[in-house]
Amino acid sequence: MTSHTTTPLEYNTEQSQMNILGFWVFLGAEIVLFSTLFASYFVLEHNTADGPAGQDIFILKDVLIETFILLTSSFTSGLAIHSMRNHDKKGLLIWMIVTLLLGAGFLYMEINEFIHYVHEGATIQTSGFTAAFFTLLGTHGAHVTFGIIWISLLLVQVYRRGITEKTSSKLFISSLYWHFLDVVWIFIFTFVYLKGMVM
Amino acid sequence: MSWDEFFVTGDPLILASQIGIGLTMVGLIALITYLKRWKWLWSEWFTTVDHKKIGIMYVLAGVLMFFRGGVDGLLMKAQTSRPELDILDAQHYDEIFTTHGVIMILFMAMPLLIGIMNVVIPLQIGARDVAFPKLNAFSFWIFFAGAMLFNLSFVIGGSPDAGWTSYFPLAGKEFTPGVGNNYYALSLQIAGIGTLATGINFVVTIIKMRAPGMSWMKLPIFTWSAFITNIIIVAAFPILTVALLFMTLDRLFGTHFFTVAAGGDPMLWLNLFWLWGHPEVYIVVLPAFGMFSEVIATFARKNLYGYKSMVYAIAGIAFLSMLVWVHHFYTMGNSAAVNSIFSLTTMMIAIPTGVKIFNWLFTLRKGRIQFTTSMLWSLAFIPCFTIGGVTGVMLAMAAADYQYHNTMFLVAHFHYVLIPGVVFAVFAALYYWWPKMFGFKLNEKIGKWHFWLFVIGFNLTFMPMFFVGLDGMSRRMYTYAESTGWGAWLGFSAIGSLVMAAGFAALCYNIYWSFRYASRDVGNDPWNARTLEWSTASPAPHYNFAVVPEVETLDDFWYKKKKGETGLKKADLKPVHMPSNSWTPIVLAGAFGLVGFFLVFEWIPLAIIAAVGIVIGLVANTFDYDDGYHIPVDELEEEEREWRGDLE
Amino acid sequence: MKAMKKLIYALTLLFIPVLLAGCESKLLVFDPKGPVARSLTDLIVYSIILMLVVVVIIFVLFTYIVWKYRARKDDGDFEPKEEKGNHLLEITWFTIPIIIVIALMIPTMKTIYEVEDIPKGYKDEEPLVINVTSADWKWIFSYPEQDIETVNYINIPADHPVQFKLTSAGTMQSFWVPQLGGQKYTMANMQTNLYLVADKPGSFYGRNTNFNGQGYAHMEFEVQAQTEEDFNKWVHEVHNTAIDLSEEKYSEILKPGVLGRMTFNGTHLEWIDHAHGGSEKYIDSELYRIDHGDDEEDQEEDHEEDHEDVQEENENQDTEETSDSATTDHSHH
Repeated sequence: MTSHTTTPLEYNTEQSQMNILGFWVFLGAEIVLFSTLFASYFVLEHNTADGPAGQDIFILKDVLIETFILLTSSFTSGLAIHSMRNHDKKGLLIWMIVTLLLGAGFLYMEINEFIHYVHEGATIQTSGFTAAFFTLLGTHGAHVTFGIIWISLLLVQVYRRGITEKTSSKLFISSLYWHFLDVVWIFIFTFVYLKGMVM
Repeated sequence: MSWDEFFVTGDPLILASQIGIGLTMVGLIALITYLKRWKWLWSEWFTTVDHKKIGIMYVLAGVLMFFRGGVDGLLMKAQTSRPELDILDAQHYDEIFTTHGVIMILFMAMPLLIGIMNVVIPLQIGARDVAFPKLNAFSFWIFFAGAMLFNLSFVIGGSPDAGWTSYFPLAGKEFTPGVGNNYYALSLQIAGIGTLATGINFVVTIIKMRAPGMSWMKLPIFTWSAFITNIIIVAAFPILTVALLFMTLDRLFGTHFFTVAAGGDPMLWLNLFWLWGHPEVYIVVLPAFGMFSEVIATFARKNLYGYKSMVYAIAGIAFLSMLVWVHHFYTMGNSAAVNSIFSLTTMMIAIPTGVKIFNWLFTLRKGRIQFTTSMLWSLAFIPCFTIGGVTGVMLAMAAADYQYHNTMFLVAHFHYVLIPGVVFAVFAALYYWWPKMFGFKLNEKIGKWHFWLFVIGFNLTFMPMFFVGLDGMSRRMYTYAESTGWGAWLGFSAIGSLVMAAGFAALCYNIYWSFRYASRDVGNDPWNARTLEWSTASPAPHYNFAVVPEVETLDDFWYKKKKGETGLKKADLKPVHMPSNSWTPIVLAGAFGLVGFFLVFEWIPLAIIAAVGIVIGLVANTFDYDDGYHIPVDELEEEEREWRGDLE
Repeated sequence: MKAMKKLIYALTLLFIPVLLAGCESKLLVFDPKGPVARSLTDLIVYSIILMLVVVVIIFVLFTYIVWKYRARKDDGDFEPKEEKGNHLLEITWFTIPIIIVIALMIPTMKTIYEVEDIPKGYKDEEPLVINVTSADWKWIFSYPEQDIETVNYINIPADHPVQFKLTSAGTMQSFWVPQLGGQKYTMANMQTNLYLVADKPGSFYGRNTNFNGQGYAHMEFEVQAQTEEDFNKWVHEVHNTAIDLSEEKYSEILKPGVLGRMTFNGTHLEWIDHAHGGSEKYIDSELYRIDHGDDEEDQEEDHEEDHEDVQEENENQDTEETSDSATTDHSHH
């Protein structure tokens, strides 16, 4: 059933291969989900009613730092998977914990950003624009939160069981998820913040 | 909120059903306790991960929902059978056509089709189960939780009343302040999670678990149609998820996605709804096409004509299904150019569909057609669906649609598509695959009663609607004036619906009769069929195949039978790995249902507490390292001997 | 086969009404009374003929094949030959639908563009403008040039183009006068356009086709086409006799409920155009609450009282409108 010759560890069993493929299909569904959120945002972007518009409230500096943090976390999660393939349990744990800390930092900044907007008079109930904005970002943020909890639980399993065929495929999948969230953020950064500042 | 607001009161009809439901529940629980069947139910059904049992539970739920949706339909027919009747008031009529639509599409058609896919697909591709058996059980239970939550609205809190399309602004809290449409948003969301999970599961199953040698162009046509259907599910359901999320936020948390005030855009809902809703139509129709293809080939005693063009046609329809959503609102004031483009894409669907009709006809040609009940459904489908199809083309012409839109003509059209296209298919499939599911056939004679009553009743019910529609009757009217002259048409239609109901009753009787009296000696291949599911015992053993079959051609089993190569060599038997039962799916789904229920009533703290249940379920799941178990060779041998006799 | 004969018989019976429909021109859609509706009807009839040809071909083929190739007792162990398919045939039935689609698409596109504009032959005339505001569950018509507002009926000059500017005060509705032309949605914060012409004086049935709650079934109106002379007379009479529309009266009209006909001097466009926002201040969700249970009846009674009040007032102020029924008579039958 197993062969340690050519395929990476996480692809070793048939079930692992199916899990990874299944997760890719799931990410396909996630792409549709976020595309719908983006499309709805574009439809409602200018419906600010009596509330503020994007350029009135966005703080580009904070958003840049958030972007930097999340991009770095994507890189460190890549390093973690690299350690995993080398059967380096310690490296895997360390890099994944760094990833999670960066994720938590990102969340902290995002929550602060939201609090700032609320103080500026832009709550989720203010207008069509704020509803779409908070829901798009909130959905991304909820994904990050879920990812942090999920990966923490996986790390407990790695700590207890070591790097096995099962734990490795689970961690690999979670890293796919993490990279995906990073890609979504790049779109948010470009099409929500940058576009919002310019237009 | 006081108790009399919580329970729907004040209508004798509803009171009677409340008492009826209550007594049935008590009776069921008492019966199970008396028969000491709780443990059996829990270990054999509630926690099962076997795709065949899950499929059977889907079918059961679907038939149950068919009954509920059918009663809604009959009430509507009764209310409109004469002008100015007073059986239902406007509000009740509105609730009933809403629940009729939602239930028939999402809680009847979907589970019946997914249920049959569940039973048949792994068997047809020579697999032992689906890719993710536990996820599959979760799909069922969460669908079931959603369906039950939706049905609860009937007795607790009040039913949704904005139509199955739930158009905004009407479905917003300003215009429908009750909890009814909260039920809509939340129960569809919950059931939708299950459908999406099914989609992912079957895509992976069909890509990864096909028997050795079964390359893409050797895939049975039903599996092909299911594969493409599940791809559409993955592509379309997330859109519904987002739309329902917005709806929930609007209704529960006062956001302005679809409101009239504060920059909301109700037309965004229409677009999102139909971006999902149109592909949804094909999600229910495409697997049906696959089922008809299998049945027609089997009972014409010929292979399917133009197999490859059938596959391309399904793929073509799936692709086009994503590009036609605007035809649901040509009358929104789109530019002439937009309406022209969408008229064209919509009409183009007729091209691959036409190809399929002709391929079916040419499969029949030069065949040897046997009129089994299953085949009768498939044959009746062709002319009935043709009427649905040509009226669809007429509706696709935007300019003409300005006169048909939202009228009874449209209602007649989509019933002519969905009933032959889905319900006939499900009936054909049930009669066809019943022996594989239960080890006995449904009675053919009662089946023919079922068939004739239902088909004749169907045509009597829906044909008149074309005419009242052309006479200016719009849909969803609970009453009309005598002077309109619609009474005669609609009275005729109401009688038809009773005939149809009698057909459904015949099906129920057939199931009962066959359970009690039908011969259990049907063999593995009662229809002399062509595909792999018929190569194993009826009912299929829990491991499906003692030895995974190897495939050389399309319809491999058919040729193996001719060559007499269907035997089993004892030497080939190896222990079979099976997944273990699991309690997490049903518990998780229950937690989702509870969260949904509390959110319907906007009891946020309770919802959060129930959500902890979901978290616990998920955590338990990720720490679950159960690897399943192996069935030893002796056991396999014994079970196989039972129906094969001696092994080679 | 007995079963097959029955099937064919049943199906033939069912299609008799379809065939009859072509001749029987009483159905509203087949009885157009204006150029817009006529061009739609022409398109519909053309498509029905084309589709009937398709239906007949498929039914004949189907019946012939099922009959001819049915299993017979004397078949013995006859085993049908396998057929892979035939490229030529498959290409044929791929091409035929394409030709049909093209044959339908060309006139469809022509008609789509045609009905968006003032009908041919009327282009030189200045259309009469009527602002349509749909509300739960009544139709409000404003004549900005004549400075008149009516509820649930409109008078228009026959043989003269009318431009309808459609919007809604809340939920979405669809404005439809089947004998004059196709329908269009009315949406809050938006404006849609529709041109209609009535050939001759007459009364036409109009209704909402888009479900919008409890009073939906009653959301009908009447279009009365009159001679130019009668229409001017009516305008003049309204100016002399009808009361002025006040803001309070208007908010009362907008409250959810079914109303009879009304006529006013002045239009609500002076203070609000629902096409450009502001509808929310008229929307009170409490008025839409449905109480299951005992209070339901009380509430409904209240409602009906209101309703009667309004109707009484309406009768007092109604000038020319002598028609007795609150809803439009579907009198063509």
